[in-house]
Amino acid sequence: MRQALVIAAHGSHLNAESSAPTFTHADTIRATGAFDEVRETFWKEEPSFREGLRTVDAEEVYLVPLFVSEGYFTEQVIPREFRLEEWDPELWDSDGTSATHATLTAGDTGQTVHYCGPVGTHDSMSDVIVQRAESVTGDPDVGEGFGLAVVGHGTERNENSAKAIEYHADRIRGMDRFDEVEALFMDEDPEVDDVTEFFESDDIVVVPLFIADGYHTQEDIPEDMGLTDDYRTGWETPAEVDGHRIWYSGAVGTEPLMADVLLEQAADAGADVRAAIERVREETRERVASGD
Amino acid sequence: MDESHVEAFADAASDGVAFDGIEARVEGDSYAVEAADGSATVVATEEFADVAAEYDEYVTNWYFWHATAPQAQARWAFLRWVEGADSTPVPERYDRLREGLTTTWGQLAITVSLTGGGDRVYELRHEDDQAEIDRGEALALDTYEDPLDARELAKHDDDGQYRPLKTAPTLQTGWEFAALGPADLVEAVHAFYPATVQNWYREREGEFDVNHWHETVERQTGIYGVVQTWDRGEGHEHVDWVAEACCDDSQCLKRREWEYDEETALDPGGNQTDEGEFPCREPCSLVISAARKWTKLEGEESRTYEFELTPSEKEQVEEIIDAVADGRTADVREADIYDGANRYRTRFLRAKRFDDEGNLSGIETDD
Repeated sequence: MRQALVIAAHGSHLNAESSAPTFTHADTIRATGAFDEVRETFWKEEPSFREGLRTVDAEEVYLVPLFVSEGYFTEQVIPREFRLEEWDPELWDSDGTSATHATLTAGDTGQTVHYCGPVGTHDSMSDVIVQRAESVTGDPDVGEGFGLAVVGHGTERNENSAKAIEYHADRIRGMDRFDEVEALFMDEDPEVDDVTEFFESDDIVVVPLFIADGYHTQEDIPEDMGLTDDYRTGWETPAEVDGHRIWYSGAVGTEPLMADVLLEQAADAGADVRAAIERVREETRERVASGD
Repeated sequence: MDESHVEAFADAASDGVAFDGIEARVEGDSYAVEAADGSATVVATEEFADVAAEYDEYVTNWYFWHATAPQAQARWAFLRWVEGADSTPVPERYDRLREGLTTTWGQLAITVSLTGGGDRVYELRHEDDQAEIDRGEALALDTYEDPLDARELAKHDDDGQYRPLKTAPTLQTGWEFAALGPADLVEAVHAFYPATVQNWYREREGEFDVNHWHETVERQTGIYGVVQTWDRGEGHEHVDWVAEACCDDSQCLKRREWEYDEETALDPGGNQTDEGEFPCREPCSLVISAARKWTKLEGEESRTYEFELTPSEKEQVEEIIDAVADGRTADVREADIYDGANRYRTRFLRAKRFDDEGNLSGIETDD
């Protein structure tokens, strides 16, 4: 049976770079040959969620949202736009960070769709955050003497938005690797503006749990943290703020190892992709090691 | 043609073949082969290879469409359409293919040619670049091989501006895919114009599914839910304006097939004015985003303002709006002060008619 991976990402009407990580991760997975087809689909770009499935020939589709948290997009928009008519959030039986998958029939095409939880809440996302810290410091053993801030958008409208951030902060804290780990937010407390107040360590790695670099990760957050007065003039890495060194990584979603999380989500839903996961883990680690 | 073509054709002929002007079937111990040009042969099984060689073009054509071209319906039908397979008999089509046969799809020019053994090779360029090549111009085009590179080419126009709408008539020039196989050609077309092949195919098959304005707006939620309030079932003049603003040929190459609802056609009519090859099945995300903004703006009541303008100044305002709406501002020449949308003319108007706060004729908006 032919199997396809369909990645559902947000995209943008304004920013050409918003879709770039989606393409990159799709290409990494395509190169493994684990799926007969790999297709990128977008809320704001084309192919749209509405038409994504009709561009796929396989009868068996693993649909993975390239989104950070469970919530409005994963529970309402994606199932509606992909016409997963039997969808009910109960099918994921999730507490907000534990969605696995649900198998449904697409009203548009009749394909069998294994609808997976978003990449952002998958356990292996914690590894990507850690690897992001390694990438930005250039130190594969980074941890001792360092604090790690996992930064989310946060919103009062959906509690799951913060849950995903806190979930990974807890998991990484449990690894006992960094001296301190904190979950911080743009739009709710504790706020990333005051990042240095939450850490005693001289060195702080700041990793935003965002899928793509854009307005928030390249303008808002660097200015809010005081890395720069004007994002257009750029900032140093690390940058001195209130006597701390801030290692700011930009969106974690651009990390090559994200391709692994997409595969892991599909694997949890039953896709036969174990060999591909091994390969992607090796390759993306090599890319980091070679400073690529 | 090589042995594999003949073997595959012989295999198929044992169940009967009738394709693109050739028929072949088993009759007792013999094969009967008949072509559309009137030639017919009956031979013993072991001589089939010799006969097949006589029908070389028909056999390699059959082989290409059954063993080489992607066997997915929409892709297959599109590739057939590219070479006019349903309307041009094989001998004539092969003559054209030897020369290179060019078809356009949106702003894409696709040239299909024959290679050895009846295989096809596809060249893909911007139609403007193709036209220059056809005129004998020597163009320096960047050459690509991977069809997925089309995703990057589709991102920006010739001025480097981001293209959020893939079917906007602003595809950049200066590139070519010089030798794509059939599956890769469709993949590249998909990257330039996603889902157009599939929707075109559904339309041909009578299975095209349109979601009209009303039903599309009705399913919106979140920040787009507000558009529903703009859809009160009291006429559709506002949706006419949306279609005129966004769906005109000058803005999008898709042929709008959605109307206000199943019973209510918009004015302008989509399929009457619109020549696009591939259909549009519902208001896209750009239209919905714009409609959200208009829903808010259209909630305002009109007011009466009094502005002092000379007749020429009034006409100039109209010219400026036209120039912006038609994307013509970049073409207005620096010193062409005869054009109302000229920058110096516009700056003069602003200097004369705006107060320090930017109010036209000094009239505050809140007045």
